[in-house]
Amino acid sequence: MIDKNEKSTIIRMFHVHKNYGSKKALSNINLDVSKNEFLFITGPSGAGKSTLLKLLYLGEPVSEGQILIDGMNLSRIPRKRISFLRQKLGIIFQDYKLIPTKTVFDNVALVLEAMGKKKQFVQKKVNSVLRMVGMEKRFNAMPQSLSGGEQQRIAVARAVVGMPKIILADEPTGSLDPESAGAVFDLLKEFHARGATILVATHDQELIRKTGCRAIYLKDGCQVLK
Amino acid sequence: MIFFFKRAFQDIRTNSFLSAVTIITIFLSVLIVSTLVLFFLNTNDYMNSWKKGIKIIAYLKPDIVETNLVDIKNKIHGLYGVAEAEFISKEEAMKRLREQMKRQSSLLNGFKENPLPDAFEIRLTEQFSNSERIENLAVQIEALPEIDDVEYGRRWIGRFIKLFDLFRLTGYAMSGIFFMAAVFIVANTIRLVIYSRREEIEIMRLIGATDRFIKTPFYIEAVIQGALGGIIGLAALFAAYIYISINVEQSLSFDLLHVRFFSLRLSGAIILCSMLVGWLGCFISLRQFLKE
Ligand SMILES: Nc1ncnc2c1ncn2[C@@H]1O[C@H](COP(=O)(O)OP(=O)(O)O)[C@@H](O)[C@H]1O
Ligand SMILES: [Mg+2]
Repeated sequence: MIDKNEKSTIIRMFHVHKNYGSKKALSNINLDVSKNEFLFITGPSGAGKSTLLKLLYLGEPVSEGQILIDGMNLSRIPRKRISFLRQKLGIIFQDYKLIPTKTVFDNVALVLEAMGKKKQFVQKKVNSVLRMVGMEKRFNAMPQSLSGGEQQRIAVARAVVGMPKIILADEPTGSLDPESAGAVFDLLKEFHARGATILVATHDQELIRKTGCRAIYLKDGCQVLK
Repeated sequence: MIFFFKRAFQDIRTNSFLSAVTIITIFLSVLIVSTLVLFFLNTNDYMNSWKKGIKIIAYLKPDIVETNLVDIKNKIHGLYGVAEAEFISKEEAMKRLREQMKRQSSLLNGFKENPLPDAFEIRLTEQFSNSERIENLAVQIEALPEIDDVEYGRRWIGRFIKLFDLFRLTGYAMSGIFFMAAVFIVANTIRLVIYSRREEIEIMRLIGATDRFIKTPFYIEAVIQGALGGIIGLAALFAAYIYISINVEQSLSFDLLHVRFFSLRLSGAIILCSMLVGWLGCFISLRQFLKE
């Protein structure tokens, strides 16, 4: 089963289907992602981009097929071990998913606390990540008091603070002005340079063209060549 | 661990209303149940001292010869349930009567001859202080040829003990019901807390928090609330106890010092129980929630 290719492949999807009830969201997706690849998932809205990412972090179960991530078969992960998978991933959600009752600092720190890291380490690490995204001064702010772009940057900070092997980003620049979008994108590139594998779901063709990275194109839940 | 405690305290503050509901629920249950328990504890004390005092007096026929006394005593001793049989001569009985009557004892001087009979005062073994057995034994003693009559005062005690046992059983049942009701209410308030924070919990899960990480603060919170409810409940009962014993004692010149409060150990057990209520409530609601 283990071939030479396997070593450099970190995500593998075999004949993956996903239905929501009777609605087909994804059909027969086959995809290999290499370690340290920067991959775009693109297509019109409703094509199944978010769904594909959801399957990767077990936000939804697959209906058919297999997904392997870093040697783990997702359909074989017991409920209790899902957190173990998610600690390997850094996820940037389309709607940020910041906890409204916690400060910026606490939102980001939660990832490390959940990993059981020491307080001192958490303090240092969170501060340095907030500095990277340029939000170190707002550490004590509540998420609602921030602009969309600022919230997006906090979401990025939270996704990267645990030093994940894989970053999944769902429309990370979707609702941002070009300048903020550029800043967020530069951050992702920086983590890519540090060795992370990055999957970005976006409908922004311009962005893909600029970077020249590999992209897979979805239409009505099917992979199409382009 | 300190981190979990901090989070738990934060949660109590942000959900102060629901926390108050939990604490008050446990407080009321503890108050009611421990009032019951305290009542039974004290009545039980009285019961036991009464039981110890239960005696059968067997009056001898007037023509008994003194040499037969040892024989009779042995016969009585031979009966099952007799702890001790003490011979009370008529002279002894008269002396006691005089002592009891004190000033009015001059009335007794009118008798030329001692009108009292000789008697045996019979104490029963402890497990024998149940009404049917007392009656049974009394009949057996009365059947002895040398015995004229038996007397066992407080016949009503037997009936009272029975009633009391029934009462106590009801008390246990009620305590059990209150315990379960408290668990149920606490489980539901915690469910409300979880529901109001479901978004936060969902996000925590998405970023890799384990169930344990999510649950632990809820447990700490519930156990702290249980302890608080228990302590407040006991404190309230203690205050009432002090108040009543001071006031009633003065007005009744009735020795209420015999009414005791819970020992430290029992108080600790009650507080542990109230913590258990919190823990169980949390367990039930979290189990349901995390099944989803
Ligand atoms: N939870 C859900 N229940 C039912 N249908 C869903 C759900 N999530 C997504 N869908 C449907 O699946 C399809 C793909 O959605 P999505 O993956 O969000 O697309 P994209 O992110 O590419 O815009 C859409 O038709 C959408 O309506
Ligand atoms: Mg989407």
